[in-house]
Amino acid sequence: MERILIGTRKGTFIAEKVLRRWRPRLAGHAGVGVNFVSRDPSTSNLWALLGHGHWGAKLSCSVDGGQTWEDAPQIKYPEGARYIGHEMPDETGEAGTLVKPATLLKLWYMAFGPDGSQYIGTIPGGLFVSRDGGKSFELNRPLWNHESRGGDLFAGEGTGKTHWFGTPASEGGEFAPGIHSISVDPRDPRRLLVAISTAGVLETTDGGLTWRGRNKGMLNDYLPDPAAEWGHDPHFIERSAGDPDRVWQQNHSGVFFSRDSGASWTRVSAPDLGVHFGFPVAVDDKDGEVAWLVPGKADNARMAIDGGLFVARTQDGGERWEQLREGLPQDCAHDVVYRHALDSAGDLLAFGSTTGNLYVSENRGESWFFVATNLPPIYSVRFG
Amino acid sequence: MVTVELTRHLYTFFPALKERAIEVEAGTVADVVRAVEGLAEGFTFYICDERGRLRPHVNIFIGDERVADRKQLSDRVPDGGRVFILQALSGG
Repeated sequence: MERILIGTRKGTFIAEKVLRRWRPRLAGHAGVGVNFVSRDPSTSNLWALLGHGHWGAKLSCSVDGGQTWEDAPQIKYPEGARYIGHEMPDETGEAGTLVKPATLLKLWYMAFGPDGSQYIGTIPGGLFVSRDGGKSFELNRPLWNHESRGGDLFAGEGTGKTHWFGTPASEGGEFAPGIHSISVDPRDPRRLLVAISTAGVLETTDGGLTWRGRNKGMLNDYLPDPAAEWGHDPHFIERSAGDPDRVWQQNHSGVFFSRDSGASWTRVSAPDLGVHFGFPVAVDDKDGEVAWLVPGKADNARMAIDGGLFVARTQDGGERWEQLREGLPQDCAHDVVYRHALDSAGDLLAFGSTTGNLYVSENRGESWFFVATNLPPIYSVRFG
Repeated sequence: MVTVELTRHLYTFFPALKERAIEVEAGTVADVVRAVEGLAEGFTFYICDERGRLRPHVNIFIGDERVADRKQLSDRVPDGGRVFILQALSGG
């Protein structure tokens, strides 16, 4: 698996290891925003989630390893899909809630089940599922209609109240909820965790028929009640493929770890070591106690800490953290790493930054080297 | 018949429409979009959202006039008229 798929602000890039050297190249979608690129393990097809700007969000697929790309069947919200939106204040200062018809604002994340199913998380907060190899995708209605979101607005007016707030991460900056994390339990494809900005984590154990909140132990320091069930802004959740009850979450309010598949969370930040705020998290595929982060400086700055870039690693479930700096720039480095732009595969790690740098480690983060330094802003990095 | 001209950007996604005159039978802008969709599958979802509304940074002109109805695309198109489908100069 010595290939790295890279989604950027201006296209899809692939870095492959050839004769012991990683060589990046533009692999498609030149000039187009690529939010996420990944490989479907059941078919080896590559999927890219595009944000065209003028032309909207589009799903693209390659069946030849990235040589050529075609538009795939597109994700569309069904007729009657509505959600309770929070208006930004207008020029008079007025802001309110408004029931809006749903249209696709962003394709954000894609995951694959052990049964060959595909999942795509979107803004405004729809989870789309394919059971036919990606030929068609359907909105998961139980999650869309969840009581935390105001109930079934297909059938009526629901409760009129939502606990799902927004993110400005859509293509046009609309403030609407977004699903950026989908984690399928490799032991049982009916068990999924999804994470939503801004609501929290939800779980299904019956293949998406019913969903429940999974935010016990989460602390949201910026809310009047930090332990409130909803209102969390998980940046990304990831579980260990070989140790799937171990789930990690990077958040505004720290790093959180669960040993019971998200049923309960414990904050395991180490602010004195700079391990608190950040976007991505990667988890070892065998040992779920091992995780890597690329921390940033505080929520209100979102920069590399003191101009020096480091990767934080724990090998004991967050009891202790190490700063891994060898090979990473330590002088006037201001890389920020987005939520999908760090990945691990065995001893390999890779991450990409909004300043267009791609870094790789072949020894579990002990040391790093540049693979590319002048790419467009990097949105996603995945081995595959 | 109505003649349709597209911003060059769209030809990169729909090369089947390139280097040919696009002439369709249409009474309204919605008819035009449907007819072009018949020539190039997927075209509509590039310029409209799934509710059929024109995307915010896309514009359609009938001759020199910008269309008024961006939701239903009900503006009338005269026989022999020219329709231009354009993108805003926005982004980075």
